[in-house]
Amino acid sequence: MSIQLNNLTLTYERHPAVHHLTATIDRGEWFAIVGPNGAGKSTLLNAMAGLTIIDEGSIEGLNPNSVAYLPQQTQLDRSFPITVLELVVTGLWSKLGYSKSLSSVHYKHCSDAIAAVGLQGFEHRMIDTLSGGQLQRTLFARVLVQDQPVILLDEPFNAIDAKTLSDLTGVIKQWHQKQRTIIMVTHDLDYVKQHCPNTLLLARECIGYGLTQDVLTRENLQRASQLSEAFDEAADDCVRGAA
Amino acid sequence: MKLLMTACVVLPDMNSFLLEPFGEYVFMQRALIGSLAVCLGAVPVGLFMTLRRMSLTGDAMAHAILPGAAIAYLLSGLSLIGLTLGGLVAGLVVAALAGWVARSTHLKEDTSLAAFYLISLALGVLVISLKRSNIDLFHVLFGNILALDNAALWLLASIGSISLLLLAVLYRPLVIECVDPWFLRRSGKASSIAHYGFLFLMVINLVAGFHALGTLMAIGIMILPAAAARFWAKTLDSILIISMLMSFAGCYTGLLLSFYADLPAGPAIILCLGVVYIASLFIGLNGGLLVKHPAKRHLTG
Repeated sequence: MSIQLNNLTLTYERHPAVHHLTATIDRGEWFAIVGPNGAGKSTLLNAMAGLTIIDEGSIEGLNPNSVAYLPQQTQLDRSFPITVLELVVTGLWSKLGYSKSLSSVHYKHCSDAIAAVGLQGFEHRMIDTLSGGQLQRTLFARVLVQDQPVILLDEPFNAIDAKTLSDLTGVIKQWHQKQRTIIMVTHDLDYVKQHCPNTLLLARECIGYGLTQDVLTRENLQRASQLSEAFDEAADDCVRGAA
Repeated sequence: MKLLMTACVVLPDMNSFLLEPFGEYVFMQRALIGSLAVCLGAVPVGLFMTLRRMSLTGDAMAHAILPGAAIAYLLSGLSLIGLTLGGLVAGLVVAALAGWVARSTHLKEDTSLAAFYLISLALGVLVISLKRSNIDLFHVLFGNILALDNAALWLLASIGSISLLLLAVLYRPLVIECVDPWFLRRSGKASSIAHYGFLFLMVINLVAGFHALGTLMAIGIMILPAAAARFWAKTLDSILIISMLMSFAGCYTGLLLSFYADLPAGPAIILCLGVVYIASLFIGLNGGLLVKHPAKRHLTG
């Protein structure tokens, strides 16, 4: 099933952060969402994860319970006394809930995920001893364990070295082969051109979406970069699409 | 040999010194049972409070409970049920309102809690002064661990048991909510259940604590063992066990101290826990101040 964004508007205090966005993301596609700072990329991702109230329009074909979401790291309490393995196990929450016990199958699933992101031997390290890259690998392992058809990644490669970037890109490519829908916010255009088949270029409004080489043209990027970050305090009510 | 003989003479003395107060005097037995029952719930709840950076929230909640207990005292006198209900209602209303505002507006939890507990406190002071009665809040402020009757013991034991059961159910969502709140907030109701369930636990344990040690001392049992244990262990389960053992030891030595030195029991218990905390701060093997830079050389890799 494809994800449809119908005339979607998301606002902060009535000022649009995402404005009348209409787009379709087919199942199994690997979509990059790019655009300048303040273009509404993370806001859009939050809305898809079911964390933001939708002001106008709708998102169809996306069940918030079948989404694995990797937000930017800053929201994690790194001082909490928990091991890498335990943090990865929390990815099983939607399956195990309050009381179901952790079986050896689950346990193996988690160890395999930790191995898949290249963290063998780190299972019992506390998360406050991890480097930024190792923590990001851990969070990727948790997304693996969540095992959902739709995967949302918010700036997954911020402050990540080349080796970690290429390892984690390998993980994403495996998701892509398994027909998972991957939606990734990033500002690294070179990365997008090299790896992501599809792109949505956002500057509050949709500048373009579709195949990456068709979207990331010089004219489109020029248009996107003209976005004024400041909200217009004297702006009139928007009448577009109003009945 | 001589040493051994001295030991044989001294040890029975030690035994009677350490055990007799609890063997001979029923009120000491009750005090010990009551304080251990309070520890059962209060210590793990306190640990989660420190982990969620809510150490001072307990203090605010204690102030929120006080007026409820005061109003109940005016209405029903020094009755166990009245004081318990008054404290519970005031605490739960303030906790629920504060939690609701924090989760549905841009105010942070500490600000919204401060706002509501101050309103509650002002309301309590107002009611007391309107009645113009010079009521004795000594019981609520300092507890009466040395005069626990059967009903009070049942209450403390029930609150301890309910807390342990509820913590067992909420353990997973609570841990996830602490490490990565956004992760849980996406998975439906669990985040709210963990949040409000935890506030409920905090309130019932503060109420149990004020019967035994008084509102202000009760927070000591919640925070001090948890803070001390973090200097001895790294993982959550070992911190939990160590903090529980420390709180038991603190209650036991505190009661002994109060028995022999004729000191008020509540502050004696909390001061014993304070000594444990300060000792851990310096010599705790996990980051204590004196062992932070061990004499051993670093490893090669």
